Amino acid sequence: MAPDARPGTLAAALLIARKDLAIEFRTRTAFFSAVVFALLAIVIFFFAWDPTAVTGMDLAPGVLWVIFTFAGLLGLNRSFSLELADRAIDALLGAPVPREAIYLGKALANVVFVGAVEAISIPAVALFYNTPFGGRWLAIAGVALLATIGLVAVGTLFSAMAVNTRLAELLLPMLSLPFFVPIVMPAAQATARLLSGRPVLEAANWLKILLAFDLVFVAACMMAFPFTIEE
Amino acid sequence: MTTQLTSDVHAPTAAGARRARSGISWWFVVAVLAVAATYIRAIYFTPLEAIQGPAQKIYYVHPTSAWVAFMAFGIVALASIGYLWLKDLKLDRVAESAAEVGVVFTSVTLVTGSLWGKPIWGTWWTWDARLTLTLFLWFIYVGYLVLRGAIEDREMRARYSAVLGILGALLIPFIHLSVYLFRTLHPMPIIGKPSRPSLPNEMLETFALAFVSFTILFIALFRARYHLAIARDELDAEDRG
Repeated sequence: MAPDARPGTLAAALLIARKDLAIEFRTRTAFFSAVVFALLAIVIFFFAWDPTAVTGMDLAPGVLWVIFTFAGLLGLNRSFSLELADRAIDALLGAPVPREAIYLGKALANVVFVGAVEAISIPAVALFYNTPFGGRWLAIAGVALLATIGLVAVGTLFSAMAVNTRLAELLLPMLSLPFFVPIVMPAAQATARLLSGRPVLEAANWLKILLAFDLVFVAACMMAFPFTIEE
Repeated sequence: MTTQLTSDVHAPTAAGARRARSGISWWFVVAVLAVAATYIRAIYFTPLEAIQGPAQKIYYVHPTSAWVAFMAFGIVALASIGYLWLKDLKLDRVAESAAEVGVVFTSVTLVTGSLWGKPIWGTWWTWDARLTLTLFLWFIYVGYLVLRGAIEDREMRARYSAVLGILGALLIPFIHLSVYLFRTLHPMPIIGKPSRPSLPNEMLETFALAFVSFTILFIALFRARYHLAIARDELDAEDRG
């Protein structure tokens, strides 16, 4: 890229994602707290049920998705509050890139963040709940990816809105959680089918909902994003 | 961009007093009379249902409230799209008023449904697809009202709530789809849920009356809330000026 060439939407999005991930990689505060939170929650959930009455296998899918939701919120909260320091957001908005690129870049960084938390907690659940993922790990990773895209699409937009309100971090879960219902429910149901070795086809309807959610909300949130930042 | 000071809506300033003097709305008078007429008819002049007994009288409150709530949230979505397009604060006040009245009617739907569910289904709550959807509607629009309350800047409040108003409407089919699929995969023990009987004429007429009177009540409440929003915006403008 020539020094003063304006980057295209995708290139700009990648630059912004790289910037966010570089900050996260150098400080590692949000990532470590999200991972520790996820591990703690996995352990605590185990004791919240009677392990002789409910097997780990029955518990695991629900636990996984509830934890991803909340760990995801930790990362999403940071996505835009990070830009408040020294009014960094002004520089970002002043940059000659389309607003959609800012949204895409932020969302991309959040997908990597939530994906990394998942990459640690899924094996942790397999270990602690004694649920061998066996040959299904690829399919489960696919479900996780679809669900993560949906979570992040909505969460990134609401994160941009929540930082500008009086309630800030309190508002994000309140706005996001109803939107996470049609993600968590299909993801947990599909994971449960896959873990118990049912045919993949049984999870097909749930996967369709996830896919449709991703398509609709990535498009809708990208269109809505320019309205959520100050002009 | 303007900044807005917090202000008490009831503060006795000129604009507030002007609104307060504007008298009672005839819509309210008509609405109260119509709702009263509906209940007199429902209680005294409509036959008891053979199986459900008096519990069936819910029919004249519950589906009508649900209808009003859905209509209100439809208005929120349309007004939100309109606001983002035209940037007219009038449309934001329409969305705000419809959302608040809609939440009230959703609450009425949930509470009356629960009261009916206990004697007829044997439980206050069951995770039936419709119940779950209504509950989430309530959550979405309560969140909408909380969001409105959390933003000081008038113009930003309008923009943000319009975004949420539109996304909320997009979310409804997805929640509907997933709760429906959830229920059909795990059938719930719904105790004695009757398939809706074809109604005798007296009941149908009372039902139609309830429908009309609730719609009038919605218009009356909506207008009152809309005038309140205008008065508040005027007051805020005076505070700034």
